[in-house]
Amino acid sequence: MSETIRPEGTTPMTDQPDDATSVEPPDQPDPPDVAEARPATQLGDLAAGHDDDPTVGHPTVFELENVDVAYSGKVAIRDVNMEIHCNLVTAFIGPSGCGKTTLLRSLNRLNDLIPGAAVSGSVRYRGEDLYGSDVDAVEVRRRIGMVFQRPNPFPKSIYDNVAYGLRLHGMKDNLDERVERALRHAALWDEVKDRLKASGLSLSGGQQQRLCIARALAIEPDVVLMDEPASALDPISTQSIEDLVEQLKAEYSIIIVTHNMQQAARVADVTAFFSVDVAEDGSRSGVLVEQGPTSKLFIRPSDPRTEAYVTGRFG
Amino acid sequence: MSAAPTPLSAVNRRTVRRRAWGRVMEGLATLAALVAVGVLAIVIISVTKKGLPALNADLFTKVTSTTGIPGESGGIKNAIIGTVIMTLIATAIALPLGVLLAIFSSEFAPPRVALVIRITLNVLAGVPTIVIGVFVFGLLVVGNGYSAYAAGVALSIVQLPVVARSTEEVLLLVPGSLREAGMALGASRARTVVTVILPTAVGGIVTATIVAVARAAGETAPLLFTTGIFANAVVTDPTKPMASIPLVIFQGSESPSPQDQQVAWAAALVLLAGVLIGSSVGRLLSLRSRRRIEQTR
Repeated sequence: MSETIRPEGTTPMTDQPDDATSVEPPDQPDPPDVAEARPATQLGDLAAGHDDDPTVGHPTVFELENVDVAYSGKVAIRDVNMEIHCNLVTAFIGPSGCGKTTLLRSLNRLNDLIPGAAVSGSVRYRGEDLYGSDVDAVEVRRRIGMVFQRPNPFPKSIYDNVAYGLRLHGMKDNLDERVERALRHAALWDEVKDRLKASGLSLSGGQQQRLCIARALAIEPDVVLMDEPASALDPISTQSIEDLVEQLKAEYSIIIVTHNMQQAARVADVTAFFSVDVAEDGSRSGVLVEQGPTSKLFIRPSDPRTEAYVTGRFG
Repeated sequence: MSAAPTPLSAVNRRTVRRRAWGRVMEGLATLAALVAVGVLAIVIISVTKKGLPALNADLFTKVTSTTGIPGESGGIKNAIIGTVIMTLIATAIALPLGVLLAIFSSEFAPPRVALVIRITLNVLAGVPTIVIGVFVFGLLVVGNGYSAYAAGVALSIVQLPVVARSTEEVLLLVPGSLREAGMALGASRARTVVTVILPTAVGGIVTATIVAVARAAGETAPLLFTTGIFANAVVTDPTKPMASIPLVIFQGSESPSPQDQQVAWAAALVLLAGVLIGSSVGRLLSLRSRRRIEQTR
């Protein structure tokens, strides 16, 4: 597995201490030049446990404090405290039922749509309470896009799929240009530029998923949430999605839920490991076990549960 | 467990009995299917045989007869026009109402309310149409007289459960992932319904409409109470009673004149052909739209 890990060699942009990053002004989207700061994989780094904190120089985009998410009173995930940094790929890993998807869906308030779902604690997005009474869920979802587990293009043309969100939000100037840009961003343009009027459903699974990514990117979100975006795809399509994630983080903050640890190791700068806690009364709920630079989490996890999971002894 | 396994080819009393049962049940099921097809075939053949001789240009160009006056009458032109107009009025009421009801029940209503709506619609679908006729008679006809409007309202009550139930079925077929996709892009629930769910389900709604139109065109009882006495002339004013194909069949078949009976058979053939074509096209479209929705899963 160690070959698959790309350690972070990102040079700190500033020499602020770690915790200072979170007090930076929330509206500082300036991404560091990640492509430049990213050296080729060096196995030696891994062996030495080279784990410079990748979050240095990346302001936080989400701050979660004591977050519980419950469905009809049944707690799916409890007491999550974490920070998510912008222009990085953050992976949520863990066994089934650990609440990672539930937590992801609470970051763009998609859980609002499920009757009986309740989020408690504080979810702050760029300093604002995401669940504040005057926060508009529609605006939240415009800024925080989502890509789902199974590709779900609309039964409309490729063009209309991408233009859907643009029309919705009145971003109708230069519609063609915006659609093209989104499709290029999603590395799909060359494959579909001659058949934009064809149905989105006529594409292969991997292309459909990239179409869904283009659809999400078209409305220029700040964060892209991805819920196991490659789990329904073959290995080659999976690789193209992973490459895409790698490229996109220069402009977007990405949170990716995955069952696949190798995938987390390949794409994520920061990984959060969730597990299932069985209470004395037998009720199960997800908990965040630990979060840290991906290389550290995989090579030198600090919690035995993480170690058991990443070494394949369980899960 | 016996010590020696029985050979696969072993024929004993149990296998013989099991096989015989299997054959009997298969035979009964096949018979039932044949009876159903057979009944339809007999209806079509006999109506065609008796109606075909009177199926001529006069049928479509002349109005219904006032027995004894030959020449200008002997057709069902006014009945065809009346049926078309009254069915249109009914559909114009039932289609929007039924689709909105289906949208409410599948997209917005809490599960319990949706269940109540579904049960209510099933009950409504089972209400004898003559009862609907009497109801509309008491509501609209008493004091106002017969009218195509009243007939349209009565027919729309017949159509409503057809439209609402089949539309709801198609809406429920649209996968939840599309709803989530819409809302994750920042669309409101209503916006998602209008821009994603309805376009996906439109084929199914068209089907539901065609089936409902076919159903209304053939209804007789609601018309008896709402437009039961009509002029033997083309009427296009919906505040007046209009002739209709089902009632022409009904009256013609009761008439002592062989000419009227002949026209009734021909009218039956026209109605049967229309309804058969309508529901077949509807079913075909429904299969197509279902397949289209399957693709999105």
